[in-house]
Amino acid sequence: MTEDPPDGIGIPADSVNGGASGGDGGREGQGGSSGGGSGLGSGGGSEMPPGERTQAALKVPYREREESVTSSEMAGLDPPIAGTELEPDAELLTINIGPHHPATHGVLRLLCTLEGETVLDLEPIIGYVHTGIEKSCEDQEYWKAITFVERMDYLAYYFNAYAFCSSVEALLGEEVPPRAQYLRVIHMELNRIASHLFWLGTAALDIGAVSMLWWSLRERDGFLDLFEMSSGQRLHTRYFQVGGVIEDIPPGFEDKARKIIAGLPARIDQYEALLDRNEIWLQRMKNTGIVSKEDMLGLGVTGPLLRATGHSWDLRKAMPYCSYEHFDFKVPVGSVGDNYDRYRVRLEEMRESVKIVEQALDGLPEGPFITTNRKVALPPRHELATSMEALIHHFKLVTEGFRVPPGEVYKAVESPRGELGCFVVADGSAKPARVHMRDPSFVNLQSLKKMGEGSLIADFIACVAMLDPILGGVDR
Amino acid sequence: MPDATGLELVAQRVRAAVSDDAVVSALHAHGSATLEVAPGSVHDVLEHLRDADEEPYEFLASVHGCDYLPEEPRLGVHYQLLSMDRAERLGVKTRLGTDDPGLRSVVDLFPTASFQEREVYDFFGVEFDGHPDPRRILMPEDYVGHPQRRDFPMGGEPVLFTFNEHKLPRWYD
Repeated sequence: MTEDPPDGIGIPADSVNGGASGGDGGREGQGGSSGGGSGLGSGGGSEMPPGERTQAALKVPYREREESVTSSEMAGLDPPIAGTELEPDAELLTINIGPHHPATHGVLRLLCTLEGETVLDLEPIIGYVHTGIEKSCEDQEYWKAITFVERMDYLAYYFNAYAFCSSVEALLGEEVPPRAQYLRVIHMELNRIASHLFWLGTAALDIGAVSMLWWSLRERDGFLDLFEMSSGQRLHTRYFQVGGVIEDIPPGFEDKARKIIAGLPARIDQYEALLDRNEIWLQRMKNTGIVSKEDMLGLGVTGPLLRATGHSWDLRKAMPYCSYEHFDFKVPVGSVGDNYDRYRVRLEEMRESVKIVEQALDGLPEGPFITTNRKVALPPRHELATSMEALIHHFKLVTEGFRVPPGEVYKAVESPRGELGCFVVADGSAKPARVHMRDPSFVNLQSLKKMGEGSLIADFIACVAMLDPILGGVDR
Repeated sequence: MPDATGLELVAQRVRAAVSDDAVVSALHAHGSATLEVAPGSVHDVLEHLRDADEEPYEFLASVHGCDYLPEEPRLGVHYQLLSMDRAERLGVKTRLGTDDPGLRSVVDLFPTASFQEREVYDFFGVEFDGHPDPRRILMPEDYVGHPQRRDFPMGGEPVLFTFNEHKLPRWYD
């Protein structure tokens, strides 16, 4: 029984049976304990003592530590696997995946043309949850529209709200107090972790690892508890306001947040150990769905998908906003650009987000949590009883809202899925003339065709999982 | 983003490379730079900015449509360009009337524009010439009208319940 090394991937290189020929020796049951079993380590028959074997294995880059089978290798196997050596004139089959299919992560419809098990062509068809949020925003005052934009990408609501609020702040020329910026960073990074945890659970579920869903949702619940503490809501919190945040964090929030994020890296290690020793998982992940950096850039793909190809583009680093330049964190990148890299990049991002939250809690400045400009932000509740002016401001803001001078602005943030941009046109009234979200899921979805063409249909489902589209954001 | 002087220089280079009347105006406001160009030269301007300019923008982040009612010309199409090397953004916008609005598609330059131009067509009715798949994307294919135009009414589609299904036009009739 070897002990898990910190990164949870210390698997002896010589102990793994090559993919398809492997029987039970190269496979860890998906229901195995989260502590990381040693089913692989003991079956190797190597002469080195276990400690040295782990040390030697750690020197091998993580990518080379295990082997898995790709579709190209499958073609040459003897006896051949059914479906890989069909004649060119074999019958093509068009199948419809979705819109109601759990593996499509929402109501995404995919029209696939198959030859045997190989995907020859596919077309994503979207619009099934188009609810006209952008149109509805045009009928709401700016401060009411925050509620609407949060419901686009329903796993990353803090980011939607931030993109919208920062656009309106730019149009107003409003400064956000430092404490509010730090509080925003804390909540955005907590939200990033929660979103990635949800992705991890659902992505693993697509491959068949059902237990991952329960475990990652268990972790995510802690983050939702934090959101409930600070804003009263677990989802769609409407915590960010134009000019700051709605309320300061309550007593006990900091302690609870520190406790939750302190336990997270160990949990991620466990999940990583569980998945990285699973032959089924590795076969679906490694060297599948590869898209080159140039293709990704041409298709406008950003976020973890782009970083998995080795391009270290992260708006938090490249064009810092909301005080991100104060924090010390790394931008994880991949090397090949396959599904495995996408998975690794997201896991590392969770670890980096933990660091950012810790630093932000350490350095949380004192001061107001929302702008003191009474023309934009509501006055504190206690002033209403004593100040006539406060009452007038309160009345004007609640009945009419604030007016925004004419102009148009585009502000982008790094959401868990990539560049989330908000384009706002103001016409001088209290309602926006146009709110358009550049949602990363919508743009990234175009790369699915490149990822899936020519791959096995099971690998293609893994591609959808690693693309992590949120259909609420795609359709808006 | 380029500062006000830098934006003027970009505008000059674009005028020299494409044509004198390609650039209508250069706007620098709210910390962002926008070049307004004539509708006929959008493709050429974007091609110049991507390939030939001394400060190239190789990435198209987003395409937005908007309706400036009651101003004329009413419709606007915005392209948000990004240079990842210099970490700079540049907006390119153009204005179109509502009578038969059309633009040349930039999908050949930026494949990412495919979905985004379809979205602009869907919601504003701007037709993109040369788009490989010029269909609606989010609204149903048989939908009539372009719902994000500002003169398109909000709401108005009644929801069928058992108490009102006899009075409302029924989809299955």
